[in-house]
Amino acid sequence: MKSAWKLLLTAWLVAVIATAGALFIGEVMLMVPCQLCWYQRICMFPLVFILGMACWSDDRRGAVYALPLALGGAAIAGYHTLLVAGLIPKAWIPCSAGVSCADQKLEILNGIPIPWLSLAAFVAIAVLLTIFLRKTSR
Amino acid sequence: MTSKKLTVALILGVVLVAFAFGVYNYQRRVQNAQMEKVTQQQARLVRMHSPVFGPQGAPVTIVEFFDPACETCRAFYPMVKDLLAQYPNDVRLVIRYAPFHQGSDQVVKLLEAAKRQNKYAPVLEAVLAAQPQWADHGQPNVGLAFKVAEQAGLDLEKAMADVQKPEVDAVLKQDVEDLTALEVTKTPTFFVNGRGLPTFGREQLTALVAEEVAKAKK
Repeated sequence: MKSAWKLLLTAWLVAVIATAGALFIGEVMLMVPCQLCWYQRICMFPLVFILGMACWSDDRRGAVYALPLALGGAAIAGYHTLLVAGLIPKAWIPCSAGVSCADQKLEILNGIPIPWLSLAAFVAIAVLLTIFLRKTSR
Repeated sequence: MTSKKLTVALILGVVLVAFAFGVYNYQRRVQNAQMEKVTQQQARLVRMHSPVFGPQGAPVTIVEFFDPACETCRAFYPMVKDLLAQYPNDVRLVIRYAPFHQGSDQVVKLLEAAKRQNKYAPVLEAVLAAQPQWADHGQPNVGLAFKVAEQAGLDLEKAMADVQKPEVDAVLKQDVEDLTALEVTKTPTFFVNGRGLPTFGREQLTALVAEEVAKAKK
């Protein structure tokens, strides 16, 4: 039981770090989030609260509610990653006005694209939650 | 509190502290980089063409990068004027243009035209007073700004001719070149004798001006 809870805690930790990172990039470094980034934020930010509460009160159901958000976020981040990599024609970009999701300078640290980080975080959370749910199911 | 709750609370605390530390460090680094630029390129702060309020030879110079359509610039205007009134012999204000909003470039040219008719201060004040009406960020109504300027005593016909002049355009271009070189990205941005505000705010500006005046009087 205790080791399963650590999985939940790790998933929450990933969400906390991803949220703090997104807020730092947006609010402190003043990079304007594009539309796809906003959708990913919509999926990521609530995870901090849902998984935080789940860890706090050791409630298995928190993972059940968090999993769809993680999967949805992973889907958007995956699309975004392909877009930035140039594997999807740009004509499909839903954001015609405002900040471009494909052309923007989306790199941080040593040139790691932000959508990759987002995808990695969502996938990590989804995998951790799946294992957690398997381990705790009766 | 159970050990689980303690763990969650502890992690949250650590992340918050790390975030605050990151913010502090990042902002200090950005500001140091800008100050270095400003120190290396002092000439870019004040140009011959820049409008000046207060005595020309004042020992303390406030340089304000200013956008006529910017709400915060409007809010700061009376306060900067108070500072000039407070130190009538020691402080001057130099206005530099930062036309970041749509339509601002036209209004900057209007101000330059007003300067040529010695109507700079009244037109600036009228344009700022009417800002909420003409400076909608999506759809600025520059015509309204010109009308307000006329009511403030501007010879509109003459101003319209001046606005077209390449010298007026050159002023705007020079200011944009300087603000780009100095990495000014927000309005208003203040430099007091070449020093930037530690953080943005009224008190910080007042304190920095007071400090520089005290230094000049020594």
